[in-house]
Amino acid sequence: MTDLLAIGTRKGLFLARSEDDRRTWAVSEPHLLAQEVAAVCVDTRRSAPRILAGIQYGHWGPTVMWSDDLGASWQETDHGAIRFPEDAGAALARVWQLRPDTAERPDVVWAGAEPHSLWRSTDGGCSFSLVRGLWDHPHRPTWEPGGGGGAVHTVIPDPASERVTVAMSTGGVYVSEDGGGSFEPRNKGISAVFLPDAEPEYGQCVHKVAVDAAGPDRMYAQNHFGVFRTDDAGRSWSSIAGGLPADFGFPIASSPSTPGTAWVVPLVADMQRVPPAGRLRVHRTRDAGGTWEEGGEGLPDAAWTAVMRDAFCVDEGDPTGVYVGTRDGCVYASADEGDTFTLVADHLPDVLAVRAVRLP
Amino acid sequence: MSVEVVLPGVLADLAGGAKHLDVQPAGETLADLLDALAAAHPLLGRRIRDETGQVRRFVNVYVDGDDVRFCGGLGTAVRDGAQVQVLPSVAGG
Repeated sequence: MTDLLAIGTRKGLFLARSEDDRRTWAVSEPHLLAQEVAAVCVDTRRSAPRILAGIQYGHWGPTVMWSDDLGASWQETDHGAIRFPEDAGAALARVWQLRPDTAERPDVVWAGAEPHSLWRSTDGGCSFSLVRGLWDHPHRPTWEPGGGGGAVHTVIPDPASERVTVAMSTGGVYVSEDGGGSFEPRNKGISAVFLPDAEPEYGQCVHKVAVDAAGPDRMYAQNHFGVFRTDDAGRSWSSIAGGLPADFGFPIASSPSTPGTAWVVPLVADMQRVPPAGRLRVHRTRDAGGTWEEGGEGLPDAAWTAVMRDAFCVDEGDPTGVYVGTRDGCVYASADEGDTFTLVADHLPDVLAVRAVRLP
Repeated sequence: MSVEVVLPGVLADLAGGAKHLDVQPAGETLADLLDALAAAHPLLGRRIRDETGQVRRFVNVYVDGDDVRFCGGLGTAVRDGAQVQVLPSVAGG
């Protein structure tokens, strides 16, 4: 059993491996050196795992590249895996999310991108089609860009139905029940402190959404101020921020196997994007947000850094592994659900995305 | 009509390793030239222009030494025997 941790940074992709159940890690030389890797995933549904990377060449533009040999070689589609059709009048600015669908839909991969757009591939990520149900939504012209750009940054396909949930900064949460044919906003109860109407129908800056292990109707959201839970597939949301040292932050992750368990990484506020008192910690709930406990022995104090929305993930191990990447180029791994962490790597470029998988 | 395209080393790999290419555009504008270049070398074309056809923000194109951003953009006239140079701009971090 090998645990593989893909680390996307502002200047390349690093692959860390553990052969001893996540106790120690060996980090590769950089792949895709000098290219921003803002999105990465490892698709384990294939006979050989495929690493998909959403890259930005800097001068030369964004695209999706893939490797079927764990980084030894990389390929890209000549005309671009993600390419806006001519009538869209838009150009891809950045790939923010790459998400394999379920084992039952083995060649389907989803992508979220900037400008606000959702993409679906049926060939394993070599080429994507624009999901018109979201692109043609009448709300789209009024979705504002967040500080990092206006993008679909979260894509959650439901394995048991045609439901697809997306989250956007800004825009909020939108859900399709027909595979992307049409979308409706589902933000009731999520605040938008930066708008005159504090609870608008849409326009929220939802930073990340995660689905609970209990089922697809229960989700958690880390918002631009506020942590929320829904039990009805987003139709209503309630605050679960009580007990956290701060309700601002970017990532949220949930256990793939234990209902009610999720993690956040609090930051002080939008105007002070650092951990409270400089102590980088994760906070875990085991009761779906009813209470939170601080974890993170081994994470640093005096850490005036931040964790980006995708620089945080969990794995499918037992117990669940938790992974944290920081803007100052450190990566930490926990093999005990966030109680304790060990350093995987430091002095990397800014960490933008981490994804962990178990390989046979 | 034949135009010499000069590429930086970092893009030459996308044109079979050549830093100098002879391109025969169908028309007499920079857009025509870049269309011909992209038809022969799609990856190279995509590095220079986005899918709307615009030259990428941090890519500079010079026709006979003139920066096309200041002399006609994609409509800049490209004469037979011209030299078109592609260079990355000063950017990064």
